[in-house]
Amino acid sequence: MEKLKYALFTGCTAKQSTPEQMMSTMAVANKLGIELVELTEASCCGASHLQDYDDFLSLVLNARNIAYAEKHGLTMVTICNTCQLNTAMTKHRLDNNEELKAKVNEKLAEVGLEYKGTSPVTHFLYAIIDDFGLDKLKEMVVTPLSQFNIAPFYGCHNIRPSELQNETHKSAENPYNPTSLDDLIIACGGMNVDYDEKNKCCGFHAELQSPHTAAALTGNAIAGAMDNNADWMVTPCPLCHLKLDTQADHASEAIGREVELPVLHMQQMVGLALGCTPAELGLKHHVTKVDFV
Amino acid sequence: MSTEHKITTQNVNFKVFRFNADEDYLPYYEDYNMEVTSEEVVLDILNRIKWDHDGSFSYRRSCRHGICGACAIKVNGRSTLACKESMNDMIDLFGNELTIEPLSKKRAIKDMIIDKADFWDKHAAVQPYLVAEIDEAPTSENLVSPEEENALDDADLCIQCGACHYACPAVEHNEDFFGPAAFAAAYRFSADVRDHSETRLADVNEEKQGVWDCVKCFECAEACPKEINPIGKITKLHQMAFQEGIAKNNVAVRHAVGFKKSIVKNGVLDEGGLVLYSEGPAIVKHIPVALKMFSKGKIVPPWGITKSENLDEIKKLVKSSSTAKF
Ligand code: SF4
Ligand code: SF4
Ligand code: SF4
Ligand code: FES
Repeated sequence: MEKLKYALFTGCTAKQSTPEQMMSTMAVANKLGIELVELTEASCCGASHLQDYDDFLSLVLNARNIAYAEKHGLTMVTICNTCQLNTAMTKHRLDNNEELKAKVNEKLAEVGLEYKGTSPVTHFLYAIIDDFGLDKLKEMVVTPLSQFNIAPFYGCHNIRPSELQNETHKSAENPYNPTSLDDLIIACGGMNVDYDEKNKCCGFHAELQSPHTAAALTGNAIAGAMDNNADWMVTPCPLCHLKLDTQADHASEAIGREVELPVLHMQQMVGLALGCTPAELGLKHHVTKVDFV
Repeated sequence: MSTEHKITTQNVNFKVFRFNADEDYLPYYEDYNMEVTSEEVVLDILNRIKWDHDGSFSYRRSCRHGICGACAIKVNGRSTLACKESMNDMIDLFGNELTIEPLSKKRAIKDMIIDKADFWDKHAAVQPYLVAEIDEAPTSENLVSPEEENALDDADLCIQCGACHYACPAVEHNEDFFGPAAFAAAYRFSADVRDHSETRLADVNEEKQGVWDCVKCFECAEACPKEINPIGKITKLHQMAFQEGIAKNNVAVRHAVGFKKSIVKNGVLDEGGLVLYSEGPAIVKHIPVALKMFSKGKIVPPWGITKSENLDEIKKLVKSSSTAKF
């Protein structure tokens, strides 16, 4: 197989509040022999909020990010569900509306860029599943996670709206019964935990304006995983991670019950199975202690 | 191409939610095993349970044409209009073990029938009608152009089935939150050129019940059988608030605006700066979590942020492409 190569849109979180996600992404890519070219010119995607204020500006900025991936002639890979949604949504709208695309390109031309629509946009989770392949990953596992019950937490913006997601990923996902992350857990040798909240919302995006709703959703998710005997949780989204990892106290308060579980980024889980060290995976950067390694 | 259409049969096990608020202390599930033909819709199964197994089984249906909105229920957690949903599609999606439940278990009155009072109250609260001065003796027609009609973005196709409302986690945890269907209705009328309501847009922007508490989960978009995409309408209501200059200076509004401030400065987000700008003095409540994060190396100070390369491009684009003011 030819070496896989992508343009990496890190998003902001991996460079700030989840440094462990950046570290583990690079460590895993290295082990798998995937080349990631970081889009250092990229701006924030707007995190599903900017468009509430200024939709056109959000489109232009996201189109600019994709234009840089196009310049490299590479598929863009994201490591944040919300970055994925914003970027893929921009791509969908521009690719299906010539007039809008022309308007956006008029602006991009001012800085010598053009959005063409030539680079697909996919999340690293799906790059591993669709392009690298789980069979191949399985063969590379040196430390199977067989003693762990692992609860997958999918994160809204990788599975909904399904119409957009299924046009973006090769492997179609049923938002009411997603399987990609379960499959990844199994490929790493772990036991996948089934629970009601695995495809539900963590509440991240309303944390400031609606703290009770946000905390209750986080609490329900952790409680669901705990009640089904999970040893830890795993997520492809750094924003879900922040919520589940750093907000256990608020979450417990909101649902009136002590809840807490270690939460790993999916890159960290894969990294453990591939024999990366805890230091390489940044396990010390978690607020909820990762005490099982 | 052959037009021959083969009817096939499959064996399906149904786990059906049963509850009678007058008699039962707790709900329970009843199993029904049936041969299901490829021609059937979910409503046919409900009918067969009632006609062949238990005459007391209760559900709502009326039009049988996907237009009255009465028959919305959940199959394996997915909202569906029973009269339109093909059984074959359900089996393709979920296999031969199907769980049939009402839209909201906690609001169940009898089996599939739920108390939809909160849905209707919230619908009524957004002025779901045109607010207009009607000239009682008009001399010409009140014309609406196709473009103006397009602006409704299909929000007028809502059949009030409640599927989105009862799929919405914000509705579950904030009893004041109007919910996706009410917002879609609010948008439908606020986007109508003939409408002159002076209160609707402000009401749906209030902190307690308004659009800002949406957690952006897209459950509503997924649930809607009419593909109305309620969260898309919520986004438009946000934008309208800025266009009309009624967006209040509160944490939610500053949070949305704050992204632009951060982007123009760094290209990337300044996470701490965004929370500070959004919360103002209320930032103190985040200190305990912030300290924990800091001790784990999760907080980058403003001077430590790696700005986007070619930041001048971003600044230029923000200047030339901004369309909203706050
Ligand atoms: S969603 Fe988060 S991480 Fe992704 S670009 Fe945006 S703010 Fe940055
Ligand atoms: S996107 Fe918003 S309105 Fe829609 S279901 Fe989620 S929280 Fe409710
Ligand atoms: S928006 Fe869609 S799901 Fe919600 S009530 Fe209307 S038709 Fe039903
Ligand atoms: S019976 Fe009217 S919508 Fe199904």
